[in-house]
Amino acid sequence: MDFNQNFFELFGIAPAYRVDPIRLEQAFRDIQAQVHPDKFAHASDAERRLSMQWATQANEAYQTLKQPLGRARYLLHLNGVELHEETNTAMSPAFLMQQMEWREAIGEAKAAGDVPGLEHLSAKLRAEIAAQQQQLAELLDNDKNFQRAAEVVRELKFMEKLREEINHALEALDA
Amino acid sequence: MALLQIAEPGMSAAPHQHRLAVGIDLGTTNSLVATVRSGLSVVLHDENGRPLLPSVVRYHGDGSTDVGYPAQAMQSRDPHNTIVSVKRFMGRGLRDLPDAGNTAYQFVDSPGMVQLKTVAGVKSPVEVSADILRVLRDRAETALGGELVGAVITVPAYFDDAQRQATKDAARLAGLNVLRLLNEPTAAAVAYGLDNAAEGVYAVYDLGGGTFDISILRLSKGVFEVLATNGDSALGGDDFDHRIYCWILEQAKLSALKPQDARLLLTRAREAKEDLTTHPEVRVTAVLGAGQLVDLLLTTETFAEITRSLVNKTLAPTKKALRDAGLEPEDVKGVVMVGGSTRMPQIQRAVGKFFGQEPLNNLDPDRVVALGAAIQANVLAGNRSDDEWLLLDVIPLSLGLETMGGLVEKVIPRNSTIPVARAQEFTTYKDGQTAMSIHVVQGERELVSDCRSLAKFELRGIPPMVAGAARIRVTFQVDADGLLSVSAREKNCGVEASVVVKPSYGLTDDEITRMLRTSQENAQSDMEARALREQQVEAGRLIEAIEAALGEDGDTLLNASERAEIDGGIAELRNVLQGQNHMSIKDQIEKLNHISGTFAARRMDKSVKRALTGHKLEELET
Ligand SMILES: Nc1ncnc2c1ncn2[C@@H]1O[C@H](COP(=O)(O)OP(=O)(O)O)[C@@H](O)[C@H]1O
Ligand SMILES: [Mg+2]
Repeated sequence: MDFNQNFFELFGIAPAYRVDPIRLEQAFRDIQAQVHPDKFAHASDAERRLSMQWATQANEAYQTLKQPLGRARYLLHLNGVELHEETNTAMSPAFLMQQMEWREAIGEAKAAGDVPGLEHLSAKLRAEIAAQQQQLAELLDNDKNFQRAAEVVRELKFMEKLREEINHALEALDA
Repeated sequence: MALLQIAEPGMSAAPHQHRLAVGIDLGTTNSLVATVRSGLSVVLHDENGRPLLPSVVRYHGDGSTDVGYPAQAMQSRDPHNTIVSVKRFMGRGLRDLPDAGNTAYQFVDSPGMVQLKTVAGVKSPVEVSADILRVLRDRAETALGGELVGAVITVPAYFDDAQRQATKDAARLAGLNVLRLLNEPTAAAVAYGLDNAAEGVYAVYDLGGGTFDISILRLSKGVFEVLATNGDSALGGDDFDHRIYCWILEQAKLSALKPQDARLLLTRAREAKEDLTTHPEVRVTAVLGAGQLVDLLLTTETFAEITRSLVNKTLAPTKKALRDAGLEPEDVKGVVMVGGSTRMPQIQRAVGKFFGQEPLNNLDPDRVVALGAAIQANVLAGNRSDDEWLLLDVIPLSLGLETMGGLVEKVIPRNSTIPVARAQEFTTYKDGQTAMSIHVVQGERELVSDCRSLAKFELRGIPPMVAGAARIRVTFQVDADGLLSVSAREKNCGVEASVVVKPSYGLTDDEITRMLRTSQENAQSDMEARALREQQVEAGRLIEAIEAALGEDGDTLLNASERAEIDGGIAELRNVLQGQNHMSIKDQIEKLNHISGTFAARRMDKSVKRALTGHKLEELET
């Protein structure tokens, strides 16, 4: 088994942020259809073990590439840019300002039990995330500006946190 | 006893030999066994033509055991020794059972899993489950006229590692080769997916005797993904019985009943409930111990009214599961009904209203899980090599490690597709620290104390370094049954220490052997015979597998000397198979596995290449 093969190679697709999700999924399924442990339930121990390792690798690769953020991180990693997300938390003041505004708006809507308000915020956030992802595609696939792309990835992570917060608030109000 | 079939050297086993395999629904209330016969999945009946086996085991002082209907009939007269709903205790410690005090059982707390005191001695839930499985296995072997190559056993989707491991141990104890543990909703979807060629998002609504489970699955091109699961482990048909029971007490102005009377009225309540599925009203009659007469009329309307809150109670977890999956009720293309309790008309109505569509009822809700499991068993046994059948399942609960301050660091999030592996690095927090204890937990909460503890082990021999310098890599591997193994390694300074743990509740081979011995009071020679037989079967399986592989790829993937080495290994294994020494068979099995390792790897590479080539060809065409 060649574990040095990168995830894009494993699925036989070009390394890029813009991928055809249907094609990615098809490649994943084609591989699983060959290596999945279900195909080896009555095979020898050696084949069963290998099958598990391959299926594990295919799952890992698919999970990584399926999500836009995971794919971006992985592409950056292939290009030698590590995000150090745990330690590197320096963000632009403008972005931090925006974050505070979001937090406040969510907090207020939550306190007021304002479900439509939260749903509106959720829609607005989705639109912003989509715009960021668009920018990420340009930076990674066209401009090859990996440093700037890394910043956008870090920002997107914050946005995802906001999205979770809204979902939690909605869930709490629903219960 | 069926004889092991061994082909001549160089000849592989007959290509269309049908291997006997079954699917087993090991339920809280009822269990079933099914198989695929002439391409059709069917439930196997007992000698009286009954498909269900009540999951009830009664132990006698003389060591004999009743399983199923006879045990169920004695439940109220011999409550201490008659074990019902043992599934609730699988992989559970005493502190996991909040209502343990309300049962008739005498629990014995033991590390990992409770045990039950009976006249026949202390029984582990694994042993009790094995007694149920053994009856199903016998039923199947009688009906199919041969020894089973294996079984697929279903478990609730939310079952954690401890519960899955316990289920697998029970199967081993019952002498079953587990081809796969399969999630119950997935099995139900398999049953429907094949029969109705269903694709899209499906909800599986399972209301059994004492549990409610809701699962959201995505079915497409033979892939079954579990998007989310939820439920209520203390909600089921029994609660509906209880509501009718309370209604009877109220209507007949009864109070402080003797246990016998209470038991009788509960039985009447269940009968009334089941009759109301097909009748608009039923008469409830009973003569109590003191001669008191109960004679009441229960209508569907009244029944629906007194159980409305129970019906609604199933909708909250349903909503939650949908939210977890990021879906609305309209996104669900079909609702599969599972479990005897979904026969109740008010359930059908409520579910139909919630999802805005008629639920699917073409398959019997009692049988659908077993039918699906049988279909999967048939595939895994290798009886269907023709198609692109693929079933992808997920891990139901997150796996993590304890970190400083009793917090959980998640390593594998729930709903990850299995098999899955993840590694995480940790470091020492004190200068010169040479050991580190690793605590593996499962659950969604942030505090270790709120999660299930799976295993604790120590990694020793870390070279003394300043705090934070050591690099300890902990790897979690979850296999296709959803079972976990953990290994840890210190990778600094060229020193490596590694350990593989089996979670603490899992039974070791020794314990299984001990249980086998005590449960059957087998003499030493019987144990030897059994071990020999197991190794013979295993050897036969291995030879068959390798010969089939050689038939396909032996000429293209191996050079003459490699081929000779494998052929030699097979011949040697056949040679020791002539003898009666199970240890030497075991050794030779290991040797042959080792010899054939490279061949296996090449075959796997070839398969992957084939997958990609097929893919590229498709692209050229479009
Ligand atoms: N016709 C029916 N109407 C209502 N409830 C029924 C009917 N038939 C069976 N049940 C109930 O179904 C429950 C058992 O369901 P089952 O799916 O076998 O349980 P489990 O999955 O817990 O083993 C019992 O509570 C039983 O009373
Ligand atoms: Mg069930």
